[in-house]
Amino acid sequence: MSSIYEMDYNVGSRDFAAAGDASRSIKRTLQQIGVDTSVVRRIAIASYEAEMNIAIHSKGGKMHLAVNSDKVVVATEDFGPGIENVDLAMTEGWSTATDEIREMGFGAGMGLPNMKKCSDEFSIESSVPEGTRIKMIFKL
Amino acid sequence: MTVKDLLETKKFNLENEGVNLENPIEDVYIGDLLSWVMSHANKKCAWITVQTHMNIVAVAVLLEMSCIILPEDLKPDENTAKKALEEDIPIFSTSLNAYEIACLFKDMM
Repeated sequence: MSSIYEMDYNVGSRDFAAAGDASRSIKRTLQQIGVDTSVVRRIAIASYEAEMNIAIHSKGGKMHLAVNSDKVVVATEDFGPGIENVDLAMTEGWSTATDEIREMGFGAGMGLPNMKKCSDEFSIESSVPEGTRIKMIFKL
Repeated sequence: MTVKDLLETKKFNLENEGVNLENPIEDVYIGDLLSWVMSHANKKCAWITVQTHMNIVAVAVLLEMSCIILPEDLKPDENTAKKALEEDIPIFSTSLNAYEIACLFKDMM
């Protein structure tokens, strides 16, 4: 089935000035479409975590939003370096963030667990050094 | 209470003049770990944080917070105040610490 609405967003590596813009845009779009506010909140939280992960940990990447009549899909892909142990990365509290990043309030090790918690379906594939792909589905 | 009521206490300085102050404050949240705040804070809250960088604005917008309060004389980074004005999120600074701010809210709400 084709999507009602689709959009791509670029996310720059370490571009903290713009980080969050894609999630804000996704949130506004969903509000305009009239998606239920509690679902919008879950999507906003998950998108923000995904976007910040790309900005903090990767060499840059993309986010893709697709809205269908029965679901919203947020997919991300980055340009590396990939995650060595995905199971470990999914553990709450586990993080590879530097001290500098932690001082900014990131690197709590909650990003991936938050994404999984907020979405109805969550999948992650990662290979070193190619990069990481995440797909999150939110039912409407 | 609304955001404007904070100014009337004379204990808070508005750091981005021109922003809308009519939003209601229905909750207060204190936290500095952004992922934790993202998954726990409620909308229409006043958020007390020691983080001063631009990404606090993204968190406040995404959660539909009513304002950000920086305790203990912290000031927002210049681009943080600018971005918050664009996004219509009031940022206040105060000499009070987080506990004292929370006590003040308890009396006002």
